[in-house]
Amino acid sequence: MNGVTVSAKVNGDAVQYVCPPDESLLDVLRNRLNLTGVKEGCGTGDCGACSITLDGRLVCSCLVLGAEAEGREIGTVEGLSEGGKLHTLQEQFIEKAALQCGICTPGFLVAAKVLLERNSNPSEEEIRYALAGNLCRCTGYDKIVRAVQSSAKIMRRGKKASR
Amino acid sequence: MPYETDYTNQGFSKVGTRVNRPDGVDKVTGRAKYGADANAAGQLVGRILRSPHAHALITKIDTSKAEKLPGVKAVLTGKDFPDLTGGDRGMMNILENCMARGRALYDGHAVAAVAAIDADTANEALKLIKVTYKQLPHVTDVDEAMKPSAPIIHDWVRTTGVTPAPTTASNVAQRTEFGHGDIDAGFAQADVIIEKSFKTEQTHQGYIEPHACLATLGPDGSGELWVTTQGHFTFRNVCASLLGLDVAKLRVTASEIGGGFGGKTHVWTEPVALQLSRRANRPVKLVMSRDEVFKATGPTSSTSVDVKIGAKRNGKITAASAELRYQSGAFPGMWAMLGAMTSFACYDLKNVKSVGFDVLVNRPKVAAYRAPSAPMAAFAVESVVDMVAAELGMDAVEFRIKNAAKKGTKASYGPVYGPIGIGPTLEAVKNHPHMKRKLGKNQGRGVACGFWFNFGGQTCTDLNIGVDGSVNLTVGTVDVGGSRASLALIAAEELGIDYEQVRVTIGDTNSLGHNDTTEGSRGTFSSGMAAIFAARDAVEVLKQRAAATWGIPVEQVVWEAGEARAKGKQNNNLPPLSLKEIAAKSPRTGGPIAGHNEVVADGAGVSFASHMCDVEVDPETGATKILRYTVVQDAGKAIHPDYVEGQFQGGAAQGIGWALNEEYVYGDDGRLQNAGFLDYRIPVCSDLPFIDTQILEIPNPNHPYGVRGVGETSIVPPLAAIGNAVSNAVGVRMDHVPMSPPRILKAIEAAQG
Ligand code: FES
Ligand code: FES
Repeated sequence: MNGVTVSAKVNGDAVQYVCPPDESLLDVLRNRLNLTGVKEGCGTGDCGACSITLDGRLVCSCLVLGAEAEGREIGTVEGLSEGGKLHTLQEQFIEKAALQCGICTPGFLVAAKVLLERNSNPSEEEIRYALAGNLCRCTGYDKIVRAVQSSAKIMRRGKKASR
Repeated sequence: MPYETDYTNQGFSKVGTRVNRPDGVDKVTGRAKYGADANAAGQLVGRILRSPHAHALITKIDTSKAEKLPGVKAVLTGKDFPDLTGGDRGMMNILENCMARGRALYDGHAVAAVAAIDADTANEALKLIKVTYKQLPHVTDVDEAMKPSAPIIHDWVRTTGVTPAPTTASNVAQRTEFGHGDIDAGFAQADVIIEKSFKTEQTHQGYIEPHACLATLGPDGSGELWVTTQGHFTFRNVCASLLGLDVAKLRVTASEIGGGFGGKTHVWTEPVALQLSRRANRPVKLVMSRDEVFKATGPTSSTSVDVKIGAKRNGKITAASAELRYQSGAFPGMWAMLGAMTSFACYDLKNVKSVGFDVLVNRPKVAAYRAPSAPMAAFAVESVVDMVAAELGMDAVEFRIKNAAKKGTKASYGPVYGPIGIGPTLEAVKNHPHMKRKLGKNQGRGVACGFWFNFGGQTCTDLNIGVDGSVNLTVGTVDVGGSRASLALIAAEELGIDYEQVRVTIGDTNSLGHNDTTEGSRGTFSSGMAAIFAARDAVEVLKQRAAATWGIPVEQVVWEAGEARAKGKQNNNLPPLSLKEIAAKSPRTGGPIAGHNEVVADGAGVSFASHMCDVEVDPETGATKILRYTVVQDAGKAIHPDYVEGQFQGGAAQGIGWALNEEYVYGDDGRLQNAGFLDYRIPVCSDLPFIDTQILEIPNPNHPYGVRGVGETSIVPPLAAIGNAVSNAVGVRMDHVPMSPPRILKAIEAAQG
């Protein structure tokens, strides 16, 4: 099979890889770029464990081809912390015990980040609908929603302070 | 509070606080390594070919084309797994489930396996394997399978537990009976008797991480297995025995586990991956697809249950009986037995009898699912309890309180209870603000109780103190929901040091003695117990070192608040020695300081919960919305309240999914029609409200801190609580789970006649 050569940016860094034309971006990220924080729960777009951003948009990486990433910006859970500091969402997920097994956590963090970038003050219902594409079997979502609520609050405060 | 014991007054400084979990940073940054996240140099990709038929003879498997495909390094079928079980039927069942032996027993049963240099080649190879099947009649429904005319799944199965012992084969593998008293006499005294039949459909544990492993096995019989599992020691023993290896030569490491709920207590593909690796003499990585997870692992039983309860006008139950029919898939299980044992465990009954039938069908082998078998029994029993209360014109909660089991009650499954929490949880329900919420149109409220045993089991733990005074606790129970945090709290409590000073590691099978699987809510209970004893063991060493340093007898040394103190007037001049100071001197006072414990952690306390739930049912569509949900459960002692609440909420959410949506749908052809998260719909964030929790602490007298298992009971009441709520909302008794919109509409229509 002929490979496709792709140049893209992952978490801000330029990368290049060769992949078969029918290989999913999920497989590229996990198997070729060693970004195993991106999880596979279904491979069919139904669980959200593989959530990433593509040019800032939330997508299931299992539904995108590796070849389609040419020239685009990919964001994964590995790119969430800046320098030595965890993202507020990461901190709040730990603080609020929003994970049990943690397999869904990377996907939720990426989805929640996209939500808070668009809507800095979401209602409970907006949070629940924004995260409805991500399955969690352990928590009943209670503490996840609370972690997102408290993150939003902290981030709003941070913005005000830096203004 | 009549249930109180001394333990309530035990003072804790670390235990009970809400600290951050030690694996948190790894898990929010994507660094934590799960089953599919490990790789080895030169690894191959393993794949499994599965039967498309519910029941078929495998007359021929031609693997020659697949073997010739470039890049294919190993191809296996049933004949590549010689029978090393020595006549152990249980082991043979495990082996036959991993790889069919001449007959496919369900849609998804493994019939061949390949290892190849990459996924494309492995998939191509599967297509080149030609299997010739001769289809056989099949049965997937539990009641159908019990009929004499049903196709027989295994000709060697004779029903056990009946006299005289049968001489012909049957799909009923086992009959079990529990109870005491005289139910006929009891029913004769009753003023009101309600009898009703119920059905529940099959559900899957639904962990988000599919089964995955990385297996390496050399021609010398030494190997390594990296695997997502609830019990790496059990996996080691089973794999070694099926493949003829020395237990000590197979090192199994438990990866981080992405959910298990009972489904990762059994081996499924691991012996196959090891055998592929032995054949190819290269590491083999085998990861299941979601479709395979649904078709070939997990599920819980589908059931059919009859319940009969009689009571006096004064609200006292005089007799209760149940017959429970549970399918166990294509291999015998003990699921109806557990259903029969748990069915009436919440109540104080003079006359009670429950009979269970474990039934074989052409479906995947049933595995434990969080308090296995109890939710279905509770659905039937708690529905009838509500019906009896209604018939008597009594409040359903008061009726339960009146009949609740208490200390000294002889449980329906045999033992006499110590201090238990069913009464207090019901009192808490009665007084909860939830119960005062006004209900609107098409809304209903339901309450239900649940019980689960909990399990202790074999446990082995090491505690090592570093020269800087930091502590490494190595346990052999897999962390399925935050137990590392709880165990670190326990070790810190015992040693009198900061939580942050303790790091908990899950040891591999070569670093500790045997540990039973993390099941039966035993992780924090049993490893917690072993951690307490290991810490006390280390404290003895610390005291000896201090005594030697001071030159006084060890009897004059006590351990308090993280330091050795010399007792007695004559020692007044000796300042205390902290753990840090003793540790720093350890290279010169006798070497490393460690504590150790191996224990069979008996006395896991039984656990009870009561749930309440408000629903609204749309009479046009039959769709149910959960408006409010509250869990009250006895935890004995909550070591880390956040993760106790998490267990309560997670179990309730799984129960809500089971009650309203989730079910395996089999076609007439015996094939599973919804093997994916799109058609097998588990609750999503927007389906649920916040799930309120209340932790009660009625200490377990058999644990030094009073701990009870907390992981499982929370899934027991939801089916019944929601069943009662929906029934109250629509005015029709619901008797079939899941209460999906079409089923609810049908029930409403039937009632309108
Ligand atoms: S793996 Fe992509 S949505 Fe499940
Ligand atoms: S924490 Fe386990 S699936 Fe979400």
